Amino acid sequence: MITHISFWALAVVAVLAGAAVFYVNSMARASYALAVSFIAVGVQVLLLQQNYVGVVTILMMVMEMAVMAVYMVMFMGMNPALMPMSMVHGKRHALAAAVGSFVLLAAGAVLIPWPARRDAPPADLTKALGEELMGPKMLVMAVVGAVMAATIVAGVVLAAHRTRYDRFGDDLRHRPAKDPQPGGVGR
Amino acid sequence: MTLQTVLLVAAALFSVGLYGALSQQVVVMVMMGLELMLNGLILAAAGFWWFLAPDPSGQVLLLVIIVAMTVEMAMGFAVATHLHRVRRADMTDMAADLSG
Repeated sequence: MITHISFWALAVVAVLAGAAVFYVNSMARASYALAVSFIAVGVQVLLLQQNYVGVVTILMMVMEMAVMAVYMVMFMGMNPALMPMSMVHGKRHALAAAVGSFVLLAAGAVLIPWPARRDAPPADLTKALGEELMGPKMLVMAVVGAVMAATIVAGVVLAAHRTRYDRFGDDLRHRPAKDPQPGGVGR
Repeated sequence: MTLQTVLLVAAALFSVGLYGALSQQVVVMVMMGLELMLNGLILAAAGFWWFLAPDPSGQVLLLVIIVAMTVEMAMGFAVATHLHRVRRADMTDMAADLSG
């Protein structure tokens, strides 16, 4: 009973906080609302007995919203908590698409005769997940690791102010390097 | 708490995110919309896993969704940083060179 009440309370919080992201008039409040929505969904995932995934979701989203706050302070050039903003386009079409997708998905969720549960869950789900990742699903772990490493490299290359192409030209043959402050032996 | 109710909540989160991703002009707000859609996906996948087939391989799919969300956020911030540096632009309408 407590699980059901908790689930519905968290569902209301998750959806209302999600809607608040696009209703409040500052990006800082929007970030906090998104974090609240993610934490509510993370706790719902915990209610569905997936402790590892639920905790990872909560921790990751709290950190992500912290990064987003830093980003706003860096680039928006304003106090994001106080600056009102409303920058939308095609609001009516977006609303129609959102309502249409909800009706379609909700109809599918309610009308489809879902099958009964196939197996019982393992006793220790986190241990079972670890054994799965380190055993038969090792390929997934290996690919995810490579993708994350590629993301770090691509993110740094995109976000870096100057790269080797700025210093050495498109063919990397320009010498000496074009640096704003010359330096080094003999220069 | 049934599979239907979990999926209904997930559908609501997905739809709210879709509205944000389509209607917002600021790049960061568009990313928030995409995140909210993935939030719904996480909940739906968790519901499917628990109510239909709770074997460990289903949790691996959830981890893949979370990784996709992380990669989207990291690359989105990097592209937004690049866009801001090159053009002083932080809105999607200011970077519509390839549209149409």
